[in-house]
Amino acid sequence: MFEATAQNRSNRKVEGLFRLLFLWMTCMLILPVALILGVLVYRGGPAISWEFLFTQPLDNMTAGGILPALVGTVWLVVVALIASVPVGVAAALYLSEYAPDNRLTRAINLAIINLAGVPSIVHALFGLGAFVIFFRFGTSILAASLTLAVMTLPVVIVATRESLQTVPLAFREACWNMGATRWQTIRKIVLPNAISGILTGVILEVSRTSGETAPIMFTGAAAFIPFLPQGVLDQTMAMSLHLFVISTQVPDVPEHMPFGVALVLISMVLAMNGLSIAFRVYLRGRKKW
Amino acid sequence: MSVAEPATPGAADASAAILVEKLNLWYGDFQALLDVDLRVRAGAITSLIGPSGCGKTTLLRSINRINERLGYVRTSGSIRLWGLDVLDPSVELAQLRKQVGMVFQRPNPLPLSVRDNVLFGTRVHLPDGRPPNRAESDRIVEEALREVLLWDELKDSLDRRGTELSLEQQQKLCIARLLPVKPSLLLMDEPCSALDPAGTEAVEELIWKLRGDYTILIVTHNMAQARRASEECVFMLLGEIIEHSDTASMFLNPAHSQTAAYIEGRYG
Repeated sequence: MFEATAQNRSNRKVEGLFRLLFLWMTCMLILPVALILGVLVYRGGPAISWEFLFTQPLDNMTAGGILPALVGTVWLVVVALIASVPVGVAAALYLSEYAPDNRLTRAINLAIINLAGVPSIVHALFGLGAFVIFFRFGTSILAASLTLAVMTLPVVIVATRESLQTVPLAFREACWNMGATRWQTIRKIVLPNAISGILTGVILEVSRTSGETAPIMFTGAAAFIPFLPQGVLDQTMAMSLHLFVISTQVPDVPEHMPFGVALVLISMVLAMNGLSIAFRVYLRGRKKW
Repeated sequence: MSVAEPATPGAADASAAILVEKLNLWYGDFQALLDVDLRVRAGAITSLIGPSGCGKTTLLRSINRINERLGYVRTSGSIRLWGLDVLDPSVELAQLRKQVGMVFQRPNPLPLSVRDNVLFGTRVHLPDGRPPNRAESDRIVEEALREVLLWDELKDSLDRRGTELSLEQQQKLCIARLLPVKPSLLLMDEPCSALDPAGTEAVEELIWKLRGDYTILIVTHNMAQARRASEECVFMLLGEIIEHSDTASMFLNPAHSQTAAYIEGRYG
């Protein structure tokens, strides 16, 4: 009565096959990441030193450190964040909490998704036209950061909107039925409970922004500037562009240097992603419903 | 506290807390309420019974106008609370909802501490033009929790999250949350249907205790509950009010055959 039939055995075989296939695909996914990290650590590791991180490049960038690029990337990211986070969070709040569900709202949502799909080089040209030339910011941190901000805005909006929507509707209704306005509801209930998701979105944006090259190439980043930026209207070096330049444009760069730059860049990104995950775990642990 | 005195101009009938006249309501093309006339006695508990989809929740939700949020709802007729028409465009919804508290089927405490749940209304409405200070807050919290019979259980855990309490406590907390802004009318939409029998009994007991201080309109699916916990009973069917009488006589001696059939459980 309970013996396996031929049909059962064949089902089990197919089941095993698919399981193996999916497992294999997952390994294929992890493999490149592991390889990249391995190669970077192996070949770039020897380049990393206190001096590499905190001194100026020397000898036409074939020696010395990467300090201006490191500082420049921090500038670019921070200014981009200041520009994009308030706008993105406000837009997401409008779309999620205020906007009626009509054709216009759906069109805006669609536009945001499409904006996220625009290639970064197109954003770069837009930034060049809009911020550098039209608004006369020149090639500067400001123009480059605004370009980055426009490019990452959809990410902030989508992440914020999604985390707003994880707050159960019942809480909002409870507030509204007590006579609370939308804004009172947002401030007292929705935002405090969505903040972990929003922070995660913001940090992911940071990590993405710090690696972008194309949008800053025409708008504010330069190949070589032997001093640190003093304000947002200065040009600056940046890690991503520096990596591009010493890998392709400068002769006789010692081989470990580009790997070292890449290692520093990817470490920054991974550290920020790690921070984002830690944040999320911490804030999730605190909220219970 | 006593029933809000009908300090209202034009209150023809002082004992009516709610006076609904010729209320029709459409969800899009579907008419959910047909010429509903209803008079709810002030200070009493009135239950609304009837099969699913008969419009009792719709009627309840029309009274504090939360139906309108759906956007595709149209109404005609009038709903007067203490003589004032709540469907009038000049009505400030925040004030209406302060006067008319609502309790839901599923307890919906806010993800805040017990204390902040109770104080939420005062922070939204600022009855004295400012948030209550520490001493006032303590008094408000204690009063409200005492009134819903939660004080002894929760006085040492006011910092616990409302959402962590048992369902029975949550539902009582949801009722307590309404009281600090001094509503006159409490609407309850099947307030016990998510609770176990013991919780149901405790919440019914509480509702019964609040009678007199508040006018209470309660939707229920539970015949026994309507019978136990209400003084007047309204039977609705397909968007119309079929019968409205005091609870005892409706259950003993229903005037309409449809009411009798429903009460006896022949449909529902």
